[in-house]
Amino acid sequence: MRWLERQRYLIDFTLSSLWRRKWKNLSLVLVYSLVIFFLSSVLFFTRAIRQEAGAILAEAPEMIIQRTIAGRHSLIPETYADTIREIRGVGSVKPRLWGYYFNMVSQANYTIMVPETFPHKETEIVVGEGVLRTWGSVEGNRLYFSAYDREAVLLTVVDSFDDQTALVTSDMILMAEPMFRKICGVPEGFATDLGVRVRNRRESDTIAGKIIRALPETRVITRADIQRTYAALFDWRSGYVIVLFSGAGLAFLIFAWDRATGLSAGEKNEIGILKGVGWETGDILAMKFWEGGVISSIAFLLGVTGAYGHVFFSSGILFEHALKGWAGLYPHFRLIPSVNFYQLATLFALTVLPYTLITLVPAWKTAITDPDTVMRQG
Amino acid sequence: MIRLVNIAKIYNAGKPNAFTALRGIDLTIPMQQITAFRGPSGSGKTTLLAIIGCMARPTSGRIWLGDRETTSLPERFATAVRRETFGFVFQNYNLIRGLSVMENIMIPAYPAGMKYRTLKDRAGELLMQMNMEDKAANRVEHLSGGEQQRVAIARALINDPEVIIADEPTAHLDTDMAGAFLEIVSALKAAGKTILIASHDPFVFGASPVDRLVSLRDGRLTAEEAAA
Amino acid sequence: MIFSPAVIALITGSLLVGGFALYASAVGLRILHHWDIRSGSELQLALERKTYLISTIFGCLLIFELFSLFLFVHTADNIHEQFIGAMCAAGSLNVNGYGYPTLILKTTVFILCGIWLVLNHTDNQGEDYPLILKKYRFLLTITALLVLELYFQFRYFREMQPNLITSCCGTIFNEDTAGLAGDAVAVPPTAAAVIFFTTVALALRMGLYFLTTGRAGTWFAWINGWLFLFSFIAVVSFISVYFYELPTHHCPFCILQPEYHAIGYFLYLFLFVGGITGVSVGILDRMKGPRSLAAVIPGVQKRLCIVSLTASVLFTIIALYPMIFSDFVLIGY
Repeated sequence: MRWLERQRYLIDFTLSSLWRRKWKNLSLVLVYSLVIFFLSSVLFFTRAIRQEAGAILAEAPEMIIQRTIAGRHSLIPETYADTIREIRGVGSVKPRLWGYYFNMVSQANYTIMVPETFPHKETEIVVGEGVLRTWGSVEGNRLYFSAYDREAVLLTVVDSFDDQTALVTSDMILMAEPMFRKICGVPEGFATDLGVRVRNRRESDTIAGKIIRALPETRVITRADIQRTYAALFDWRSGYVIVLFSGAGLAFLIFAWDRATGLSAGEKNEIGILKGVGWETGDILAMKFWEGGVISSIAFLLGVTGAYGHVFFSSGILFEHALKGWAGLYPHFRLIPSVNFYQLATLFALTVLPYTLITLVPAWKTAITDPDTVMRQG
Repeated sequence: MIRLVNIAKIYNAGKPNAFTALRGIDLTIPMQQITAFRGPSGSGKTTLLAIIGCMARPTSGRIWLGDRETTSLPERFATAVRRETFGFVFQNYNLIRGLSVMENIMIPAYPAGMKYRTLKDRAGELLMQMNMEDKAANRVEHLSGGEQQRVAIARALINDPEVIIADEPTAHLDTDMAGAFLEIVSALKAAGKTILIASHDPFVFGASPVDRLVSLRDGRLTAEEAAA
Repeated sequence: MIFSPAVIALITGSLLVGGFALYASAVGLRILHHWDIRSGSELQLALERKTYLISTIFGCLLIFELFSLFLFVHTADNIHEQFIGAMCAAGSLNVNGYGYPTLILKTTVFILCGIWLVLNHTDNQGEDYPLILKKYRFLLTITALLVLELYFQFRYFREMQPNLITSCCGTIFNEDTAGLAGDAVAVPPTAAAVIFFTTVALALRMGLYFLTTGRAGTWFAWINGWLFLFSFIAVVSFISVYFYELPTHHCPFCILQPEYHAIGYFLYLFLFVGGITGVSVGILDRMKGPRSLAAVIPGVQKRLCIVSLTASVLFTIIALYPMIFSDFVLIGY
């Protein structure tokens, strides 16, 4: 109980001491919060996108079969589907029609897709929010397309995607098959690739092997491959950003160290008095520990809350310029808020731990002030 | 009693700027009396008091507090002994600015982890003894010199120590306030406390409550006598 | 190399902590050379002050080691999908020859740090720092192991190749697999349960005897040491199986996953606390001798004993919970 009471007094004194020097501590808290804000944003953003990707992939076919010529992706004859259907274990094979369309006016790439069912007319399309926003050559609710043979085609927008799906649908245009073939120049009897669903997931690799043997000019991309690639990519990307950030992180640590060593005369005097009236080194160290704890807690709270708002309420707007891909579009999307303990633990290890260690020696140097300095100050 | 045997203190020993503050001090200080240490600046009074009060360690020699030797106690234990046995009134009072009178008085007791209620009550009692209960919430920088000294005395008493050490207590006081200080000191002696005062103010070592006089010069004991 | 934020955090954290441990060891060496408690010299005073710094560093180190132990396992678990064949941390750790050694080293360093802090706390209660020399020699050993752990951890992450095929817990923790993991699984669950619960009962009995009489501290420590080691076998043999409700699933890592409410963290935390405090009771027995500690050691031992018993009880309760409350039957089937 005495120990508890002692900690209570120390915390009380620490808080009052921090408050008495609030302006000096404010700069430290601000910089610290910014560091945590940045790192948390990266971690939250990556994880949320990864989860979205995971959710989307869960619905995808187990395998995608693509044809390659000279190592590059080429159109696949739809008759290949029959060959694949004959392999035992294959559930269904569906030709997929999709591609990219470059719009000269907006200088952006869009994804065109033919869904499994398209209950609209041939000249009608369904588009994502980014398409409407950026198309440029719009007439009312009709968009100008330039077909494969350079013929101008006017297509009517009859529906758009929910904002909730903006992350993946922002640049997407759905249309009927004949119109797709006209615009993208994919001839009859050919598809972009084939989507294969297997009856037993565990047999994916075996079936993939059989497909490659039956159709040597194809390549098989399994869902597991994609998941693994995404995982590696997201990890690598976020890790890389953090490493690039390490310069700023180091600057923060130097600042923290400098702040911890550069005590004002008033602060030194105060420690001297405390030592003089009966506080020993361990007490001063405990006080410094609480000081670090309070500052870290405030900075952590501010940084993480700020990052949460940044990523989940404003679509990570600060990352826009870094993340805009070749598509040239940045979707306005809402990520599903999700934070787990692991991320917070990683954040803690990246921020609070280095801060605590860096300020450890300065704190100790302060704490070992001679108690009789206060007598010699006379 | 407090016994010092052959106490010496050398600062920066072995270095070019070595300085001998005390040389071979042998001294016995009786309890429940007021002992005044006199001598010019640099005579070693402050160093001697720091060593007696377990604030500094002697370079050589031994100190006994009663039958407990405190010479080479590690800091943790020296501080515990100091906290329980000694209360210091510093020359410049050394109160913490920005804190209230009450908080300043309570601070020395924090490490012991006493219950808050008990501590607050005791601090309140001390303030009453010093006639300062109406200033409990005032910030210390708004007090007069005499008031600050009384707060410093109350702070020194918070852990109910046996020995009070006062370093140049009348340096910033006029005659009236110095008289008031000596009255407080008398009352403390009557309550059973031992008082050690370092001063080069003749008003102090000529005062009636003082029982013994110890004279120092250049780190050596030159005289030890009962006060007139 | 897998470049995730957690990996960066672990590596930079380890580097920082390793650096500080080396610094602490350098100071420790000075202390070992020049310490003289009877001297009032400024060097002695400076050394005494340095001991505060070292205590603080090692306190931080302990917290970091515990933290990094769990973060390391969780990271291994998190990256398992990047390795073909890995379904959890068991597979990821098996990806190269540095994974499991790193885990073992981290665990060892954590335990030794815990013991060091107990010794340090006890030593600080003695007016003449009677255990200082033993303490700082011990510290040098811990630092050496820590540096080794740093190196292994770095090599582990560095040598990770996602396209290597690894085994998963189903293969590693399988009775037909050669090696320690396979042997642990091969212990019949009933026998393992009997040994485990008997050891717990014995530890409790010894602990209560120690608390009432102050004797047999060393025996208590030995029992706890055995309990600590055997508990890992027990987890693999039958405790984890009850959580998975699958007789062939023996993985000691899958119980850390969210689908099992991360119960593994609590289980292992209590196991470590119980083990460290229990063994420390015996170690302090060996430190008896200096007069300044005569009154101190029994008090510290008592507190450690209570903590150890509490942790062991909590560990047992967690282990028992699914055995009692789930419908799954393994033992006695």
